[in-house]
Amino acid sequence: MAISGVSTFYAVLFYAATAIFLGGLAWKIGQYWRTPSPLKIAVTPAPVSAPGAALRVAREVVLFESLFFSSRWLWIMAALFHAGLALALVRHLRYFQDPVWEPVALAQPFGIYGGLAMLGGLLMLLARRLVIDRVRFVTAPSDLLMLLLLIGIGISGFGMSAMARVDVVMVKAFFRGLLMFQIRPLPIDPPLLLHLAAVAALMILFPFSKLLHLPGIFFSPTRHQADNPREARHLAPWAAKLEEKS
Amino acid sequence: MAAGPKIEAPTLDALPTVPAIDPGAMAASKPYVAAKAHQEPLGFPGELLPDWEARAIAKLGELLGKYRSLRVYLDICVKCGACADKCHFFLGTGDPRNMPVARQDLLRDVYRRHFTLAGKVFGGLVGAAPLTRERLDQWYSYFHQCSQCRRCAVFCPYGIDTAEISMAAREIMDSIGIGQKYSNEIIAKVHKIGNNLGLPQPALEDTLLGLEEDVKEASGQDVKFPLDVEGAEVLLVTPSADFFAEPHVDGLIGYAKVFHQAGLSWTLSSYASEAGNFGMFIGSYEQMRKIALRIRKAALDLKVKRIVFGECGHAWRVAYAFLNTLAGPFDFLDPRYPVPQHIMELTRGFIRSGAIRLDRDANADKVVTVHDSCNIARATRMGPEPGSQFVYPRDILKAACPKFVDMHPDTTHERTFCCGGGGGLLTDELLDLRVKGAKPRVEALKQVVESHGVTHLAAMCAICKSQFTKVLPYYGYDMGMVVSVHQLVGNAIRMGEHS
Repeated sequence: MAISGVSTFYAVLFYAATAIFLGGLAWKIGQYWRTPSPLKIAVTPAPVSAPGAALRVAREVVLFESLFFSSRWLWIMAALFHAGLALALVRHLRYFQDPVWEPVALAQPFGIYGGLAMLGGLLMLLARRLVIDRVRFVTAPSDLLMLLLLIGIGISGFGMSAMARVDVVMVKAFFRGLLMFQIRPLPIDPPLLLHLAAVAALMILFPFSKLLHLPGIFFSPTRHQADNPREARHLAPWAAKLEEKS
Repeated sequence: MAAGPKIEAPTLDALPTVPAIDPGAMAASKPYVAAKAHQEPLGFPGELLPDWEARAIAKLGELLGKYRSLRVYLDICVKCGACADKCHFFLGTGDPRNMPVARQDLLRDVYRRHFTLAGKVFGGLVGAAPLTRERLDQWYSYFHQCSQCRRCAVFCPYGIDTAEISMAAREIMDSIGIGQKYSNEIIAKVHKIGNNLGLPQPALEDTLLGLEEDVKEASGQDVKFPLDVEGAEVLLVTPSADFFAEPHVDGLIGYAKVFHQAGLSWTLSSYASEAGNFGMFIGSYEQMRKIALRIRKAALDLKVKRIVFGECGHAWRVAYAFLNTLAGPFDFLDPRYPVPQHIMELTRGFIRSGAIRLDRDANADKVVTVHDSCNIARATRMGPEPGSQFVYPRDILKAACPKFVDMHPDTTHERTFCCGGGGGLLTDELLDLRVKGAKPRVEALKQVVESHGVTHLAAMCAICKSQFTKVLPYYGYDMGMVVSVHQLVGNAIRMGEHS
């Protein structure tokens, strides 16, 4: 089968998006990693040991603990969106695996519910952003566009199964091919092309946007630091240089 | 308060009430700008530099490389608004720029414009904005409407701490010549004389002798207030307001009685006669370190074995969390004790061991509640366990007072509301802001006054004490309602009977 220009375009797009996503994230993580914290600023009460602090960060990442006590409605919306997205992502792993891992196969039906939860959460987040005066005040156009992009990914995803039956075997062959550096044909279906373009856009935007909250939470000193300043002296390299001077 | 606009307290609501936004409501609120005479002793330019914009951006770049907090927090905010209704200054004023996220955005927009690809390419679409004179004025106004209390950081899903942002903004402003008079004038006094009030050694000595006479007259006991005594076991570092202001001084009398009864030798230092460290408020590591090193030198010169801090919120943060970093290592002190210790760690220990005895009947006329100071609550501990910063003061208060009531749980412990005067805002020209900022705290106080007949508010911070005595009358409460924790201890302690 001849490879269409569209397939080539999407192949190049996904290679570029993956490179920007991974390269950009590595660059930002490296930057966060290298930037020192001169002072101990854990928000207390805080764990007094490093494993305790790691657990605290884990609870934030998995359970959104602080948000739970901050705003219950927002927590519900955020949890719906993020957990839904996670399930949908797991469902999509099958496009990259042959044979498909058992857990991924088992998760397939939940992926659908995940997608629905994600869309529901996103729509509520969007409504909230427009309705609550405080949130509207701090909303930049990009905050709305980011929500619309994610909603677009969700709707185009469901559009493939609801409206146009996309040849998923061919889609899988396309992505398996990319993994082996081969360009294979992609079905030319508008919902699919929209879906993939939006996902690529999200990957490209990731390292340059507020989506950096994903790696950033692991580098938040108020959360990741252990509360032990009296027990162990903490000194940043640039602060140590001040001591040499005086 | 003769001149100036009339200051009115807002009407108190039942908790929790979130106001509708009122853009620009507090845009005119700002502290006096530091003059040349306040700036130059700290090494800051005396006036706004001609090329201030380029220098501000360069300074921001420098700070981004030095503070992980700033670097990460400017990137990762998703503008969810969870913090928006957590700030006492927003709750008290309704000005949306007092929502922590919007306050941060004043700096974040400029960061995006100059330090991110998205901001350079897409500009306003991603909220990026240049640093204009108008923006700088907003910085000056609103970064001086943050008391660095960190309540927002408790509730932020990523732990973004607005205090870190406002400290950075203030450091940038100092570096281009637009500093805050109140803080910078005080820091210069510490460098020159040793304390925020500018009390020289002879005046301090006089004051302490006067206190000895007062205590002798009232209790018949020879309680000493030692100054610069070499070889004492403990160096007590306390906020200089404790030497003069009410009810602070009653707290100092309380510490002295505790030392006296426990038989522990102690001394104050005229060289390090200040626990407060306003270097933190202006975000300057160097200034904070210079002030902290005075305490190290005093401890070495006086050959003490332990360093103990008196009642002060931000001072305890700098002491507990930063002193070891700034002025350590303290390997010359007695390794059996943490460095430094809080006076409440000692007092609670003495109560439990029986070294001091408290007679609760002495405070039987009072129903007491406690104000958790933000810096103590959200940045420190007192004992070995997390949360001991809440347990120790309450243990002491319950041992000293028969009737103790806590305020609403959404306003105590790590959720405590700032008094409204912290972070370098305790200056008269900001009184309107301070009165409004106290609103959530006073609402919670009103609730326990009405439901439990609370008569006294115990505070453990010099700034909280000064702020409450000043602003409570605007809400119809008597300033005498504010007491020091150690004032209640001093009332209740049984003198003379050594066990």
